[in-house]
Order: sequence, then structure tokens, then C-alpha cells
Amino acid sequence: MNFDISNVIFSMPEIIVLAGACLLLMFDLILPKGQKHVIAYLSLAVVIIAGIETWFLSDNIAHIFDRMFMFDGYSVFFKFVFYLGTILSILLSINYMKIEGGNYGEYYVLILFALSGMMIMASGTDLLSIYVGLELMALSIYILTGFTQHYGRSNEAAMKYIILGAFSSGVLLYGMSLIYGLTGTTQLSDLALALKGQEGMDMSLVLAIIFLVAGFGFKVAAVPFHMWAPDVYEGAPTSITAFMSVGPKAAAFAAILRVFLEALGPVAGSWETILALVAVLTMATGSIFALVQTNIKRMLAYSSIAHAGYALLGVVAGGRDGISSVMLYMLTYTLMNMGIFGTIILLRKGDFRGENIHDYTGLSKSNKLAALLMLIFLFSLAGIPPTAGFVGKFYIFMALVGKGLIPLAVIAVIFSAVSAYFYIRLVMLMYMKEPTHKFDLATTPASGIAIAIAVIGTLIIGILPSWFIEMAQRAAFPV
Amino acid sequence: MIEAVHNSMGIPILSIVTFLPLLGALVLLFIKNNSAARWIALVFTVVDFLIAIPIVLSFDSTTHNMQFVEHYNWIPSWNITYFMGIDGISVLFIFLSSLLGWICVLASWRSIEHKVKEFMMALLVMQTAMIGVFCALDFFLFYLFWEAMLIPMYLIIGVWGGKNRIYAAIKFFLYTLAGSVLMLIGIIALYFAGGQTFDILELMKQNYPFAFQFWVFLAFFIAFAIKVPMFPFHTWLPDAHVEAPTAGSIILAGVLLKMGTYGLIRFNLTLFEEAARYFTPLVLVMSVIGIIYGGYLALAQSDIKKLIAYSSISHMGFVTLGLFVYNSAGIEGAIMQMLNHGITTGALFLCIGLIYERTHTRELADYGGLAKAVPIYTTFFTIFILSSMAIPGTNSFIGELLILTGAFGYSKVAGTFSIIGALLGAVYLLSMYKKVALGEINHKGHIHEARDVNGRELVAMVALAIFVFWIGVNAAPFMELMHPSVNNLLEQLNNAGAIVANVK
Repeated sequence: MNFDISNVIFSMPEIIVLAGACLLLMFDLILPKGQKHVIAYLSLAVVIIAGIETWFLSDNIAHIFDRMFMFDGYSVFFKFVFYLGTILSILLSINYMKIEGGNYGEYYVLILFALSGMMIMASGTDLLSIYVGLELMALSIYILTGFTQHYGRSNEAAMKYIILGAFSSGVLLYGMSLIYGLTGTTQLSDLALALKGQEGMDMSLVLAIIFLVAGFGFKVAAVPFHMWAPDVYEGAPTSITAFMSVGPKAAAFAAILRVFLEALGPVAGSWETILALVAVLTMATGSIFALVQTNIKRMLAYSSIAHAGYALLGVVAGGRDGISSVMLYMLTYTLMNMGIFGTIILLRKGDFRGENIHDYTGLSKSNKLAALLMLIFLFSLAGIPPTAGFVGKFYIFMALVGKGLIPLAVIAVIFSAVSAYFYIRLVMLMYMKEPTHKFDLATTPASGIAIAIAVIGTLIIGILPSWFIEMAQRAAFPV
Repeated sequence: MIEAVHNSMGIPILSIVTFLPLLGALVLLFIKNNSAARWIALVFTVVDFLIAIPIVLSFDSTTHNMQFVEHYNWIPSWNITYFMGIDGISVLFIFLSSLLGWICVLASWRSIEHKVKEFMMALLVMQTAMIGVFCALDFFLFYLFWEAMLIPMYLIIGVWGGKNRIYAAIKFFLYTLAGSVLMLIGIIALYFAGGQTFDILELMKQNYPFAFQFWVFLAFFIAFAIKVPMFPFHTWLPDAHVEAPTAGSIILAGVLLKMGTYGLIRFNLTLFEEAARYFTPLVLVMSVIGIIYGGYLALAQSDIKKLIAYSSISHMGFVTLGLFVYNSAGIEGAIMQMLNHGITTGALFLCIGLIYERTHTRELADYGGLAKAVPIYTTFFTIFILSSMAIPGTNSFIGELLILTGAFGYSKVAGTFSIIGALLGAVYLLSMYKKVALGEINHKGHIHEARDVNGRELVAMVALAIFVFWIGVNAAPFMELMHPSVNNLLEQLNNAGAIVANVK
């Protein structure tokens, strides 16, 4: 491999994030204990600089590092989704981690490491670079899950996550090695070439695909690989739950789209049915199990499972619309999910955890604004117009119907009606019941900004989605 | 073919009438005082009504084309436009929605005491969505308004409703949502079948294969049948009506139910003519069952509000019956009846709300002798009851007569059965009237303590009573508005009828 300066230029955003993270790690040592929020603001600056750099480069397309890494519109779109998710998470974390007593500099550094992993996943055009990015992201998040170490549930969640996560990584690697054995390459476009013209069902290929589906399915919490999600979502610090419900999920979808639609596109016949089945099961399980949850974080875990199901349908639909519908969905989901977790984080103050759904009873009486914001996010998650959630779902349904997959679209809308119940139940508790206790919100300027960004984004994409749709359509990689 | 003609007004009048209430809701955000909130809501709804009047007056009733059209790019990547326009059918419902808007505010003046500002905001948002549904000529825009109604209505029932409000609100929400998401798939399927456009007029110009029509007709039909509601999709209605506050009931009966039948005319009959022909027997059977079954259920109620709610099912059965008999008497009667039912049943819910404010009971057994205790109130109550019974001289007479004429013209069986429904209507309304208004004053319901109507309440009731008699005595101006649109619709339906006959 000849060294080429363009390798450095077009991986500059990743380099900025990684170098920034390392510098902050050292800077953290000389910072006095009470000053850790400085690291938070500096890490925000790192993300913003990386964002500016990405913006400057965004007109280019470059295939670098021996075609393992691609800088293109597609990866740029996802990187901006990650930046958005990361910035909102950091803003929401500052006060929350202080309350939880886990305000260490490493917390923000680990978020930056996870971010760089996600960025590599979005740019990876080789099974290996995707895997490296994925592990970098996953290892950081395992630690972040257990970050409130004095709190038993957090430790348990981290333990579960790391064991199951390591296992699923193994499964994924196994699938990748089978693919390599069959085709002699791990580069995505070479894979597509090698698989082109492959007639009939090759059982070893199907086996490899099943391993890939299982491995990636675990990362997006698709059924039947979703078991970890409720426990981990519940146990992790809420700010990390928020982060991992959007960032890693979007990153995994970035990789799934490339792997399935680009590399495995020629053999779509051998994975479409599997993926469609997984998508339907995921929507069904997520929507139905969420109905009976009383812990809001668990409920949102199942909701996030259901949303992964819709996004998987976009992958099944495939084509340019399929890809851009998933991209748009990830953007809208990031905004509304960060919004809802943001309002949950506001309720965490003193000894009050605000995790039971009944803790929200009568919120609208004392905190009209918080209740209204939550209402907007919940209706957006339920996919009611005029919110971003509706536009995202609408595009997925359009991609499905456009491909003639009407039965899948019908199943999807039915489950979206089912899932509306648990979202509006929360609205019901906030608006239609008398409060049982006094509310005291931990509002800070930082969390205020984060929630404002989320709500403005949710409404703008809901009412004037044009610009965002075009961006996603332009950025979709050609298939 | 329906074309869009230019906006003769020169100003985006439809957008103004649609979004003015929303602007009012935004203004209310900054208001703290309850009585200021009431007044601001009233001002915005009255101004909205005053804007709707010139729309009706300057409406050109010689053409079936869309008027006051506004057409702008909105989401070019999906070929979605902001496309508003009205024809002779929708103009009536814009008028009705804006009329009921301020009546709802008056009806809630005293009955809503907590969270007044939020209530008025919900009412205003609701009004924007309702008028928007009748103006939208782009499917995406239509669906946006259609679904946007769910949120305020859910809150109106759930926050300000009666004892069992939460159950009713959730049932309302899920029922209507389940119906409309299927319609969403139908809309997207139309988009691809009709050449990637959401433009309703464009989609109307095309012919679709029968198998396609069959499924998409069903998807739309279920959504609208739930909204109407037609038997057997009616079970959400009594709960919603009984639990909703007065203004909520007025909106539900007055406008929301009409959206179902409006959708049937606008989409099911015009887009899928052949499938409509195919499904006609089913729709007629459902309508006739609705008419009779709704009447019987009304007969058995002991709660006044529930009684009127069930009577709505029966009355709306007449409307769907009239729509599917394919002659101008039936369809024009149905549209008239939609308007009439909005006025009359809206007025009846208003009456029930007013008396409930005084007695805090809706049980028939607690009532008696209203005529002696509150004579002015009872006068209006009588007018509206008579109108609901379709007595000659009142508005509903015209509509029901036309529908029955149309029904007999199409099917003697359907006509005969619906006559039974009309008779049942007289039975349950008169027996209710006797128990409530006549006889000795019933002290159980504290009727002797009730005061008669005040000026504010009188204004609302007089406004509705004017329309009861106006339409009853001289329906021609209203009929003229819809004539060209209905004739055009019939022409297309009859063409399709010929095609179906040929296929057979």
C-alpha cells in the first residue's frame, strides 16, 4: 500500500476526533476534580471542529486506504447524524452526570472514541474496516454503560452488554470469514463483483448471511437478538441510553445498508426474506412488549426495537429510495429520541429518578412546557403528522409500496397504530391525571439548548422536510 | 374532469381561513388570563367565520371546477405541493366548520373552568385541521390535516371530558388511527399507480385497473367508515360523545363525522367509480343497518347525550345511503343532510351541554318539566328536536326527503327499510322530549333551580336556529352551490356504471 496524502486529508474528521479524544484524556489529568465540565465543553468543540472539517470536505468523493475507507456523501450524511447525536448527548450529560456523581473526564473522552468508531463504520467499505469501527464504538459504550459504578443496575447492564456484545461480534466475524472464504475478498464492491451472476441458493452463503444478520441484528437490537436492549437501556446512565439509542443504531444501519445493498446486493434473493421476517418480528415484539412496560427507559427500549424494525424494512425495500428512507429515518429518530430522553433527564434531580411512567402523572399541571415538549416527541415517535416521525415513516412506506411490497407496508402501519397506544398513554398520564407529587426539574442552559435543537428539528422536518429529503437522496450511494 | 381555476379573490383566502385559528392558538400561548383567553379565542373564531362568508358569497356556482385555488411547491422531491381549492361540496363544510367554531367557544365559556387557555388552543388547532381537510387538494396535505385532528381531539376528550374520559379518548384515538393508517398505504399506492403524484385532481383523471380499485377503495372506505361512523365501526362514537365536553361533542357531531362522508364523496366515489359500483350493495346494507340499529339503540338509552349520539349513527346512515344511490336526489340530499346534521345535532349537543351545566345530570329519569322551568331554553330545544325529526319547514326535512326519494329510485327495499328508521327517529326523539320537557318539574334533577338561558347562550342557539329555518324554508341557495359539482360527479359515475355493465 503506497502512502498517499489524500488518505490523511479525507480521514481528517476521524483524525480530529481521535486526536482530540487523546489530548483531552491527558488534559484531564491536570484538571482539578471539580472542573470536569471543562472536558465536556472541549469535547463539544472537538465535535464541532470535526463537523466543520467534514463540511469543507463534503463536496469530494475519495476512496482511500486501499479502498477500505470511503469519503462520500453517504458517509457525510451519517457523520452529521452522529455529530448531532453526540452534541445533544454531551449537552444533556453535563448536569445529569453531576447529579449521578459520575462526572469524570473519561466519560466525554469515551463518547468521542465511540463517535470515531461510528464514523469509521459509516465510511467503511471493507468488512474489516467496518468491524474495526464497530468494535471501537462498542467497547467504548460497554464502559459508558457501567459508568455509574456505585449503582448495581448499571454494572449489571454493562456486564450483560459486554458478554452478549462480544458473543455477537464473534458471530459477525464468523459470518465475515465465511464470506471471505467463499469469495476471497472482504472489500464490498469486490464482493459484489464476485457474487454477481451467482445462480441459485448457495447454502454456505446463506449461512454466512445468517451470521451477518445475527451480528448486525444484535447491534440494532433486532428480534430475536434484542434481549439485551431493555436491561441495558434501563441500567445505563440515561444520557448514555440516549446516546446509544441513536448513534450506534444509526452507525449499524450505515454499515448494514452498505453491506447488504452494495456487497450482497447481487444475491438479494437469499437475504431479503430473512431480513423481512426479522423486520416484522422486530416491529411486532417492540410494539407489543412496550405496551406492558412501566419503566419508561424499558418502554423506550422496546420502542427503539420497534423503530429498528421500520428501518430494516427500508433496507428490505432497497434501491435509492430504500437507502435514503433509512438515512432520513435515522436523522428523524435521532432528533426525537434525543428529545424524549432529554426531557426524561430533566426529571432526574436529587433522589428522584423519574423512571417509572407514573412519575410523569400530572406533569402538565406544574411544567407546561416540559409536558408540551414531551407531547411533541411522543407524537413524533408515534408517527403522527406534522412531526418528523411521520415524515420518516412515510418515506419508508413509500419505498416499500414503490417496490410493490404492500403487505409489508400494511403490517408496518398496523404495528405503528399499535405502538401509538403506549406513546399516547404517557401523554394521557401527563395531561389527564392529577399530579401525585411535586415536580422539580433539573433544567440547565445546556440541556435547554439540546432539547430546543431536538424540538425545532422535529417540527421543521415535520413541516418542511424538502431540504432534508433531497439531502438524503443526493447522499445515497448508487446501487 | 375537474380543473383548477384561478383564485378570483387575488388573496390566498383559503389559507387565511384555514390558518387564522392556528395563529389564534399561537397568540394564546402568551396569554395567562382565563377570560382574556376566552375573548381571544372568540375573536379569532368570529373573524374566521366572517372571512368564510365572502368565500360563500363570491363562490361561482356555475362551475364544478375548483375555486380560490392556491398552488405552491412544497416537497418537490416527492412531488408534493401545497394545493388548496374548493368546489361546491367543500364550500358548504368550510362554512359549517367556521360557524360551529365560535359556537363551540361560546358553549365552553363557563363549562370549561380549568386550563381554559389550553382548551381554547386545542379548539383553534382543531378548527385549522378541519377546514384544512376540506380545502386540501393534495393527498399529503390532506392526510396531514386529517391526522393532525387526532391530537387536539384526543386532548379535548381526555383532559376536559367526563368521568370515563381517558378510556373514551384512547379508544377514539386508536380507532381512528387504525383506520387512517390503512388509508395512508392507499394514498401511497395511488401515488405510484397515478404516475408519482399526490395531486388529487390529477389522480382523478386516470383510470385504474379494477383489482387496484378494489383494494384501495377498501383502504379508504374503512378509514372513512370509522369516521362516519358506519355500522359496525360505530362503537367508539357513543363513548367519545358521552365523555367529551360540550364543545367536543359539537365538533364531533358537527364536523368530524362529516369528514368521513366527505371522504367518501371526494375520493371513494370519484377515484374508484367501478369499485364503488361493486361495493354499493354492501354499503347500502351497512347504511340501512346503521339507520335502524342506531335508532333502536337510541330508543334504549337513559342518558340524553348517549341517545343523541346513537341518533347520529342513524342519521349518518341516511347520508351514506344517499351517497350510494347514484342519482342527484340521493347525493344532493346526502350533502344537504351532512350540513343539516351538523347544524341540528351540533345544536342538540349544545342544548344538552347547557342544561347539564345547570343540573349536572343527563339521566332521563332526573328530568321533567323543563318547559315550565326554562321556557326560552325549551323553545329552542323543541326547534332542534323537530329539526332532528325532519319535520317539514325545518332543514332536515329537505335532506331526508331527497335521500328517501333517491333511495326509492335506486332500490325499493333500501327505501322501505330506511322509512322505518325515520319513524324510529320520531319515536325516540318524541319520547325523550316528553320525559325531558313536558310534565311536572322534576325536583330530583334540581330543575326548579335552573336559570333560563343568558345572552351568550341565546346568541349561539339563535344562530343555529336561523339556519334550521332558513334551509328548511329556502334550501335553493345552498343546493345551487353544489349542483354543478354533483352533476359532474354523477356524470362520471354513470360512465363508470356503463363500463361495469359492459364488463358484465
